[in-house]
Amino acid sequence: MRQPIGQPMSQPVENPTADPAPHPTPHAHSTPETQAAEPTAPDLTATDLPTPDLTGAALARTPPADLHRLLATRLGGAARAWLDQALEEAATHPGIHGPISVWELRLAEAGRRCGPEHADVARVLILHAARAGTDAVSRVYFQGTAAERRAVLHALPHLVAGPDALPLVEDALRTNDTRLVAAAVGPYAARYLAPHHWRHAVLKCLFTGVPVDEVAELDRRAHADAELARMLADYAAERTAAGRPVPEDLHRVLTLTDPTATPPAPAAEHDPGPRGTDGKES
Amino acid sequence: MRIFDPHIHMTSRTTDDYEAMHAAGVRAVVEPSFWLGQPRTSPASFFDYFDSLLGWEPFRAAQYGIAHHCTLALNPKEANDPRCAPVLDELPRYLVKDQVVAVGEIGYDSMTPAEDTALAAQLQLAADHGLPALVHTPHRDKLAGLRRTLDVVSESALAPDRVLVDHLNETTVKEAKDSGCWLGFSVYPDTKMDEERVITILREYGPEQVLVNSAADWGKSDPLKTRGVGDLMLAEGFSDDEVDRVLWRNPVAFYGLSGRLDLDLDLDVTATGATHEGNSVLRGGA
Repeated sequence: MRQPIGQPMSQPVENPTADPAPHPTPHAHSTPETQAAEPTAPDLTATDLPTPDLTGAALARTPPADLHRLLATRLGGAARAWLDQALEEAATHPGIHGPISVWELRLAEAGRRCGPEHADVARVLILHAARAGTDAVSRVYFQGTAAERRAVLHALPHLVAGPDALPLVEDALRTNDTRLVAAAVGPYAARYLAPHHWRHAVLKCLFTGVPVDEVAELDRRAHADAELARMLADYAAERTAAGRPVPEDLHRVLTLTDPTATPPAPAAEHDPGPRGTDGKES
Repeated sequence: MRIFDPHIHMTSRTTDDYEAMHAAGVRAVVEPSFWLGQPRTSPASFFDYFDSLLGWEPFRAAQYGIAHHCTLALNPKEANDPRCAPVLDELPRYLVKDQVVAVGEIGYDSMTPAEDTALAAQLQLAADHGLPALVHTPHRDKLAGLRRTLDVVSESALAPDRVLVDHLNETTVKEAKDSGCWLGFSVYPDTKMDEERVITILREYGPEQVLVNSAADWGKSDPLKTRGVGDLMLAEGFSDDEVDRVLWRNPVAFYGLSGRLDLDLDLDVTATGATHEGNSVLRGGA
């Protein structure tokens, strides 16, 4: 939930839904006459999705075609036109060209064109339309703002089939920005992150207060992981020795490590309760 | 009292400062890129700094309920070092970022030919990217520096009403105002301006296009000086509306010229220390 913290005087904060026309931008080599290839994905209407969430982990789990359809219903006319053109450009001119490719420019400006609350999903769609591979996602990640990096992390499962993009995930897991840490533990990490790194990622979530609901395939990867169980127990002992509360999520993950445990309730029904965290990890 | 500090170097400040600023009413800051005290020796050092202003620092600010934007540039002092000048070639890929609300700090330090070149080139970059410019005026030989600055601005593609000339004082305010530029005053414990002198200038020149900042950095400075000016304005008979104009609406209007000012905050990140309420929510919105 976003909260306005001050009323702008006139219209300094760009309102994408009220924007009469796309702004002229530098380095824009738009080709409105070219047609984008339609994303291929199963047909799925918005009503088929129980929770049409367009943020966070849903970006990694929802097929891009569905993300596009859902986003289109939420954007104003000018923002939707901008997005459609950006996706066309990305599909027509993918790859890395010069100091900044046109789709990279669109990636950078997605927040002010679509509104900050829609920037992540717009960026995932642009990356997908540009068919960004390991080289391209690495470049835009390492040249990106924190918001762009987060979108790249969410897009990885849609874009990179093997483990080649793991350095991005590992970079994000080294940060203390909880938004990046949360984005890093999605389906791509679940698929490819090596056990040692993955266990530290789980522990880092507990340290920094990122809900373990963000950790994709937590049940599968935690199941019968004795080393993770040892690390969690040690962490709990350390917290207890310090007279500090043990995060509720820790017990939940610890339960999952039990090789005889029955599958837990779906994450959506789980109430993590109050979390005691360090709020800092240096 | 809501406060927008339009020039503060939070990278050099602590979380205690963020906490005190929020308690004093600061809800938004702009952090201009500048000299770090220790000279840089390569462009890569700038890029890590720019990345921090677009990554870690806004996250830190958000944890204390403060919206953070930045201005990026090759600063005047380091424009003189040929090892750093290639930063100019990489600036375009940074100036397209959502959180960049101006080109800055640019301007003069020692008024050298290299500074001439960097200032003119970066005013052009501002015009090319639809951004206003934050222009530092020199501390030494200040009036001559202001005049030369205004000359370069008038020869540039950027209109004066898209330029904020900063660190003004009694000797430079009149010519700066006559130029049509926005007027910045940095309030310091000992140097630059103090609260009383700002009040005197506000009485003489009015609040139009006037911005007050703390310019707090790694030197002796105070991130609560903006609040000090607001308090003294009220004590001296200025209205709440005039205080709000100087400390909030003027900076919002100036940096709003970029079309990129976003004064909403992620509440989930602002919940200090502990929780992100639910997930996806890390980003907020829908």
